[in-house]
Amino acid sequence: MIFEGLAEKLQNTFHKLKGKGKVNEKDVNDAMREVKMALLEADVNFKVVKDFVNKVKARAIGAEVLESLTPGQQIIKIVNEELTELMGSTQSKIAFSSKPPTVIMLVGLQGAGKTTTCGKLAKLIKKQAKRPLLIAADIYRPAAIKQLQVVGGQVDVPVFTMGDKQNPVNIAKAGLEHAINHGNDVVIIDTAGRLHIDDELMGELQSVKESIKPHEILLVVDSMTGQDAVNVAEHFNEKLGIDGVILTKLDGDTRGGAALSVRAVTNKPIKFAALGEKLDDIEVFHPDRMASRILGMGDVLSLIEKAQENFDAKKAKELENKIKSQSFTFEDFLDQLQQMKNMGPISQLLEMIPGAGKQLKGLEVDEKELVYIQAIIQSMTKKERQNPSILNGSRRKRIAAGSGTSVQQVNRLIKQFEQTRKMMKQFTDMEKGMKKGGKFKLPFGNRF
Amino acid sequence: MLKKLFDKFKNENEEKDQKIEDVENNKQAEASASTEENEANIFKRLKEGLSKTTQGITVKIEDLIKSYQKVDEELLEELEEVLITADIGVQTTMEIIDHIRDKAKAEKIKEPEMIKVILKDKLKEILGEFEDDQQLNIQPSPAIILVVGVNGVGKTTSIGKIAHKLKGQNKKVLLAAADTFRAAAVEQLKIWGDRVGVEVISHQEGADPAAVIFDAIQAAKARKVDVLICDTAGRLHNKKNLMNELGKISKIVEREYANATRDVLLVLDATTGQNAIQQAKIFKEATNISGLVLTKLDGTAKGGVIIGISQELKIPVKLIGVGEGVADLQEFDSNSFVNALFGEE
Ligand SMILES: Nc1nc2c(ncn2[C@@H]2O[C@H](COP(=O)(O)OP(=O)(O)OP(=O)(O)O)[C@@H](O)[C@H]2O)c(=O)[nH]1
Ligand SMILES: Nc1nc2c(ncn2[C@@H]2O[C@H](COP(=O)(O)OP(=O)(O)OP(=O)(O)O)[C@@H](O)[C@H]2O)c(=O)[nH]1
Ligand SMILES: [Mg+2]
Ligand SMILES: [Mg+2]
Repeated sequence: MIFEGLAEKLQNTFHKLKGKGKVNEKDVNDAMREVKMALLEADVNFKVVKDFVNKVKARAIGAEVLESLTPGQQIIKIVNEELTELMGSTQSKIAFSSKPPTVIMLVGLQGAGKTTTCGKLAKLIKKQAKRPLLIAADIYRPAAIKQLQVVGGQVDVPVFTMGDKQNPVNIAKAGLEHAINHGNDVVIIDTAGRLHIDDELMGELQSVKESIKPHEILLVVDSMTGQDAVNVAEHFNEKLGIDGVILTKLDGDTRGGAALSVRAVTNKPIKFAALGEKLDDIEVFHPDRMASRILGMGDVLSLIEKAQENFDAKKAKELENKIKSQSFTFEDFLDQLQQMKNMGPISQLLEMIPGAGKQLKGLEVDEKELVYIQAIIQSMTKKERQNPSILNGSRRKRIAAGSGTSVQQVNRLIKQFEQTRKMMKQFTDMEKGMKKGGKFKLPFGNRF
Repeated sequence: MLKKLFDKFKNENEEKDQKIEDVENNKQAEASASTEENEANIFKRLKEGLSKTTQGITVKIEDLIKSYQKVDEELLEELEEVLITADIGVQTTMEIIDHIRDKAKAEKIKEPEMIKVILKDKLKEILGEFEDDQQLNIQPSPAIILVVGVNGVGKTTSIGKIAHKLKGQNKKVLLAAADTFRAAAVEQLKIWGDRVGVEVISHQEGADPAAVIFDAIQAAKARKVDVLICDTAGRLHNKKNLMNELGKISKIVEREYANATRDVLLVLDATTGQNAIQQAKIFKEATNISGLVLTKLDGTAKGGVIIGISQELKIPVKLIGVGEGVADLQEFDSNSFVNALFGEE
């Protein structure tokens, strides 16, 4: 799937248009068909796609083709901008009440990830010097209470339960009471998964809402959801008036078009992104990244823009050739890192490479580590930098000592480097292997 | 109870009562439902379950057909929209539409009503290709069923339902709690075991899942069990390590239970969009998937993605889940499925 993104398709659509000054209606219609298909393949709801495409179309017709951009890139830019706008801004704050306890209630379909996310939120909130309490209000699913207790235990947050014989309204009320008496300033209520068309169970949630007036009702949505996401979001929002959305299972390889559908029908912010089963796996939601993910092209655009600002075109071309011939060395790596330092957080940069974001997750490099990396590489001899295969045990020891790091750190870097090199090689091979996508170049070059 | 089941979907207020009752009944481990009763119910339940889920597509197609006087591109385009909204996917939808267009042209079809017939035949053809493989592969005994899938799709619940169904057929069933990862996964399966009256082999949370499977196989042999059903942890198909773990489990089964009849079921959530195709592809590569279970068809999602999966990967849908109760499981029958999709018997 690596280069199957919209970027490439649009590039093909516009291949014949090189050198044209303006995008005409026919061009735009062709492009819009590709945009429509890409969004539908990404599971964005049909109606949402229709509206969106009309909006983009209106903007794109007659738009000037910027000098540096081909018509394809121009359309992508507009699509990307509109999409990012539709995704909303970053609003991952939990609004804590001035009169604690702040009451948060998680709702959603069966298996969306509510219970797990309760644990993640509790952990996150605890870090903000709060004393959260989890309330087990799922009385239906087998072992749901036990599950929340285990999760609570893992993050060291107390769990309030009354078993499965009381109704959720009573449990919620008593839980809130308990929080007040025990100085818990935040309560997080785990509710049973339910179908949005189950009037009885939706009514139950309404009663809970009535009785304890949550400050935040958050809809938990599985990012793999298909066309039905609009129905789900619409119903939950209509019945409960949700305050925000949490998108789960983004560690998978879904394009996640449901995010767009949910936004479009509720106009409520997506507050958090859940990216794994572990209780740390939760992040602030980044609308721009999500937009690019849905389009399946990494953040090609901003990468292009940043690259244009900061990259030396000649160097980029050299690099591309080096990667192809696998003569990419530690010197190039260091060179790259230095250039990248001007371009923002490196992990963010890595994510921008189309299709590479996930593969690169394993070799995440954080900013602090960058300093070490630089030190390690600088402690290598020229020969070592150019020919990493000679880095035996004693050389590694020396480098560690010279750079004030440990041998493990040196080993890790060498491994990361090898991985990067292998992966880059794969990308370029893949590119060569693709007849249709022959136009696509590594984003390090300032064209694609 | 039978009568109640009958009215379940008609009367919305009774639905909740039924749910509570189901839970209550389950708690008493009502594993006594006879096969006969199940069979008498099956068509009814299938229709009821499906009519709820598929009304959307049916009604839409009916309305659509009625609003057109002749077969033209506009009609086809609207049909395309209906199919995509059912999660059938862009590519599969295009193929179906192309087929309809070609056929309509070749046979000079003018009446919109005929479009429905062509569409129906096409869907039946895609889904009905493996009619012989749609039964659970559990003959002869002993048999082992491995249940796999991504997180939260309904594996554990489906296992409870399958165990109940098999018990109704007088099979001796044993469950293996090989999800040692998720919080309270073992407890969840044990509750299902109690509900339907079958035993569960388990280790501690965090134990090696392969070791659980190993023990369960030994127990199955010793107790002369007909069908051993193994629950596994939910795993996203793009996680290499977790997928390799499935390979390890398969090896244990091969080595320790070579004589057992095998079925590997991939559970898919009907709410899932096009990612389900990717799931099916990669799980198929990792383990020999022999059947699909499509869950949560009691919602408004249409599960149309199975059409693309059937066509592309040739894996039969064996069972469908239409609720959280012990009896909310049905055998998949492509004819009834497509018919029910169109609101016909
Ligand atoms: N990979 C991945 N798995 C997740 C994520 N969030 C939750 N899960 C898994 O999804 C499954 C379902 O999660 P739960 O938290 O039980 O979901 P729920 O919404 O509480 O389910 P019900 O209470 O049955 O409605 C579990 O296997 C979780 O470990 C995520 O962000 N990524
Ligand atoms: N409405 C409906 N809910 C279902 C169906 N099948 C399962 N569920 C619910 O979906 C949720 C998840 O089901 P589980 O059986 O725990 O799913 P799982 O695949 O074992 O989940 P993990 O082990 O966490 O990966 C539970 O709340 C089930 O009650 C179905 O057919 N219809
Ligand atoms: Mg839960
Ligand atoms: Mg499970």
